[in-house]
Amino acid sequence: MSAPAERSEDALPRAAIVSSPIDPAAVLARVGHRSDGAVLLFLGTVRDHADGRPVSGMAYEAYETMAADVLQAIAEDAAARLGTPRVAVVHRVGELAIGEVSVAIGVSSPHRDRAYDASRYVIEEIKRRLPVWKHEHFVGGDARWVEGEPLVPVGEGAARRAGGIR
Amino acid sequence: MQVRTLFFAAYRDTVGTTALELDLPEGATVGDLVVHLRRRGAPFDRLPEAPAVALNRTLVRGDAALAAGDEVAFLPPVAGG
Repeated sequence: MSAPAERSEDALPRAAIVSSPIDPAAVLARVGHRSDGAVLLFLGTVRDHADGRPVSGMAYEAYETMAADVLQAIAEDAAARLGTPRVAVVHRVGELAIGEVSVAIGVSSPHRDRAYDASRYVIEEIKRRLPVWKHEHFVGGDARWVEGEPLVPVGEGAARRAGGIR
Repeated sequence: MQVRTLFFAAYRDTVGTTALELDLPEGATVGDLVVHLRRRGAPFDRLPEAPAVALNRTLVRGDAALAAGDEVAFLPPVAGG
C-alpha cells in the first residue's frame, strides 16, 4: 500500500461482481489511510470438501444486474457502520477451482473493532441477501446446488419469521 | 401486457429455461404471475407457491403490481460468499 493518503476516495465504498480472478492485493490497495490504524482483508475461498465428501470445484452464478446493486448497498451500509468510506468488496462468478478466491473484502478504519465488525457484516449480508448461487461439483462427477438462505423483502423478515406472511 | 420472467440456479433447472415472456392481464400482481405460471402445469407447477421474487431487480411481496415490460426474477435461496 504505497502512499494510500494520496489516493482519491471518490469511488469508495466500492463493490463489483467480476468473472475474472480476483487480485486480493488490488482490493487491499483500495482501502487504508494515514488516519487508519486497522486494515483488514477477508478472502472467501473454495474448499475441497463438503459434508465429508471431496469437492472438485464450484460454479458461482449471479443475477448480475441485481447483485451489483445489492453488493453496493451492502458496502454502503458497512461504510456507515465503519465510520469511514473505506470498504471494497469483489465477488466472483463462473467456474472456480479449489483454493480460488470467490469473495474479497477490504476495510480500514482508525481502530480495529469497527473494522472487524464491518468486514464481518459484509460477508454475513452477502450470504443473507446477495442473489448468488453456487453449484458444488463433487469428485466423482455429481453436483448439487448449495442449500441457501431464502430471500425476504426489506421489512418482512420479522413478520415472516413469525409466520405472518406467506 | 408482456412481462419478462427470469429463472436462476435451481429454479432454472426445474423449469428448463432461463427466461420466458408472459402475457398477463392489466392490473396483474406478482402473486397473479406465480399462480398463472404454476397453472401451466409441469414443470412450472414444481416452482414453490411463494418463491422469492425480484421485480425490476428489487425484492417485492406478492401484492406488488406489474406493468408492461417489467422484469420478474424467480430467486432460489441464495448462497453467495
